[in-house]
Amino acid sequence: MARFAKYLGGAALLAGAAFAWSTAASAETIKIGASLAVTGPASFLGDPEAKTLEMYVAKINEAGGVNGKQLELVVYDDSADANKARTFATRLVEDDEVVAVVGGSTTGTTMAMIPVFEDAGIPFISLAGAVVIIDPVKEFTFKTPHTDKMACEKIFADLKARGLAKVGLISGTGGFGKSMREQCVSVVGDYGIEIVADETYGPGDSDMTPQLTNIKNAAGLQAVVNPGFGQGPAIVTRNYKQLGIDVPLYQSHGVASKSFIELAGDAAEGVRLPASALLVADKLPDSDPQKSVVADYKAAYEEATGQPVSTFGGHAYDGLMILVEAMKRAGSEDPKAIRGEIEKTTGFMGTAGVVNMSADDHLGLDLTAFRMLEIKGGDWALAE
Amino acid sequence: MDKARGGKQHGEPMPELLQFCVSGLTVGAVYALVALGFTIIYNASDVVNFAQGEFVMIGGMTTVFVAAAGVPLPLAALVAIAVAMGIGLLLHRLAIEPARGASAVTLIIITIGASIFLRGLAQVVFDKQFHSLPSFSGDTPIAFGGAAILPQSFWVLGGAAVIVVLLWAFFNRTLLGKAVLATAANRLAARLVGINTSFVVGLSFVLSAAIGAVAGILVTPITLTSYDVGTLLALKGFAAAMLGGMGNPLGAVVGGLTVGLLEAFGAGYISSTYKDAIAFIVILAVLFVMPGGLFGKASVERV
Repeated sequence: MARFAKYLGGAALLAGAAFAWSTAASAETIKIGASLAVTGPASFLGDPEAKTLEMYVAKINEAGGVNGKQLELVVYDDSADANKARTFATRLVEDDEVVAVVGGSTTGTTMAMIPVFEDAGIPFISLAGAVVIIDPVKEFTFKTPHTDKMACEKIFADLKARGLAKVGLISGTGGFGKSMREQCVSVVGDYGIEIVADETYGPGDSDMTPQLTNIKNAAGLQAVVNPGFGQGPAIVTRNYKQLGIDVPLYQSHGVASKSFIELAGDAAEGVRLPASALLVADKLPDSDPQKSVVADYKAAYEEATGQPVSTFGGHAYDGLMILVEAMKRAGSEDPKAIRGEIEKTTGFMGTAGVVNMSADDHLGLDLTAFRMLEIKGGDWALAE
Repeated sequence: MDKARGGKQHGEPMPELLQFCVSGLTVGAVYALVALGFTIIYNASDVVNFAQGEFVMIGGMTTVFVAAAGVPLPLAALVAIAVAMGIGLLLHRLAIEPARGASAVTLIIITIGASIFLRGLAQVVFDKQFHSLPSFSGDTPIAFGGAAILPQSFWVLGGAAVIVVLLWAFFNRTLLGKAVLATAANRLAARLVGINTSFVVGLSFVLSAAIGAVAGILVTPITLTSYDVGTLLALKGFAAAMLGGMGNPLGAVVGGLTVGLLEAFGAGYISSTYKDAIAFIVILAVLFVMPGGLFGKASVERV
């Protein structure tokens, strides 16, 4: 009886939604799915993503749900394993019968899941980085994070503005570094910049001084770019200082977390990187249209988890909100109707920037979404 | 920062060579210590202990977390070495000793299981992030003949040298060390003359764990550490031990330094993309010509 009373109380609060409660139980909730790398090597992505989704689904439900119905979130932990992700994708479609999916923390797991959702006609908003997810455009697949190509373009635009034209690359050979290196090489010509050194390092490498010595000796070197994530860029940054290389160093959005500054220590001073506005939420001017979104998300995440905010959780926030807005506009839980509305997303202000999707752009972000940051006094600062 | 750097002088091979040597020797010294750990346990028990890399991880991670709890760094390092020795002893008592008499392959597989278990445990007890330690003597590089050398590199190289000397003294100058050598030479005969061989094998695990932990502590300020750094170190250390000749302590040291130098020279002079491949091709070539490794002869006679 107590339980019944609780339901009654809840229903009373949901004034407008009260009618929905009289319909059949199965139609009471809208099921959305997620397969994330909550544990394993990419847990720094999946963990904040899962926490963000759970937190905001609870918030949305408290506020009355979507279209008068409660959201039900089904999260699986694929630990960044593409095989597991594919199995969970099938389970989400066939057993859980979700109407939409947010997530796929890594490009590998996302690419493994895409065929399942495309076949089933379930809208899928990926939280992974690489441009291959949405290029070429797939009918039901979308993504929220900036692409590595945009990171390259942002860096090269900054280099051009500073009048630096000869750049050395030192890239990780992991998926992220490899993909970003290729994108950088493909767009570098558009900015009149020349690559004078091109070195790599392995994912587990602990010393990059030989590669950096070669870069240092490249004729006319004016700046160095380091596509990569994990501990590699921190070691590159330390070795960079050790060798006394005195040209600007650019890191990628892959190291946009406080732990990079901690690991690289003093060597991180003056390093620039393109990243989401989320990292500098409290430093944005009040006139910045993105300020309220990122400041609210940062405050909510840090209060709920007690951990510093990361851009990765922000991508999950963007994905969930784009989905919820689309469901509200569609006014139904039909996956095809939701897909159509996601594609029509315009002017959505997320943690990553303004999203304007279209039939041939399933990401919808432009270069203004990235901020160029510089590390000053052990903290992020806006470089522009 | 923004000044253009045209006309950089080119073609001074010496500073490069020196920089590559320092890089290779520093990394190689860690491989050498891991290879030494392999060697000690292999000699005493015929087991190739693939959990050797985990001792390095435990050394680094425990120091980081104990130091973060407010304990002074030298004390934290001692705690970490003690923890690693304890885990080495438990590994022997709980996993290796009960399987006594099983084939060497079975025991090796047990150590692989132990390695996976320790990595999983470290994820739970510590965390999944990378961590660093402050350098023992600051971060200001020392300029030497055009190369920039971190003070911590001297700690790593010096620490490795001290360990090698201490081990040599232990094996050649103490009764206990000679008991280990006797067990290595012939376990049955050693038991017949009254040596507690089970104790000796346990001791070899504790000793290896301590060496691994010291390596982990010395190298963390340079290479950073996380719960899974042990896997790669075990692989490289094993390659170094094979290159030097499994079971030969001198071979382990030479093998470790060689693998480190091969990687640095491969990355510096040939191609950074294929640097690991270059190191392993050279190792394969050596083993092809000398199947017992560089110092293989000695290992057949087992000291």
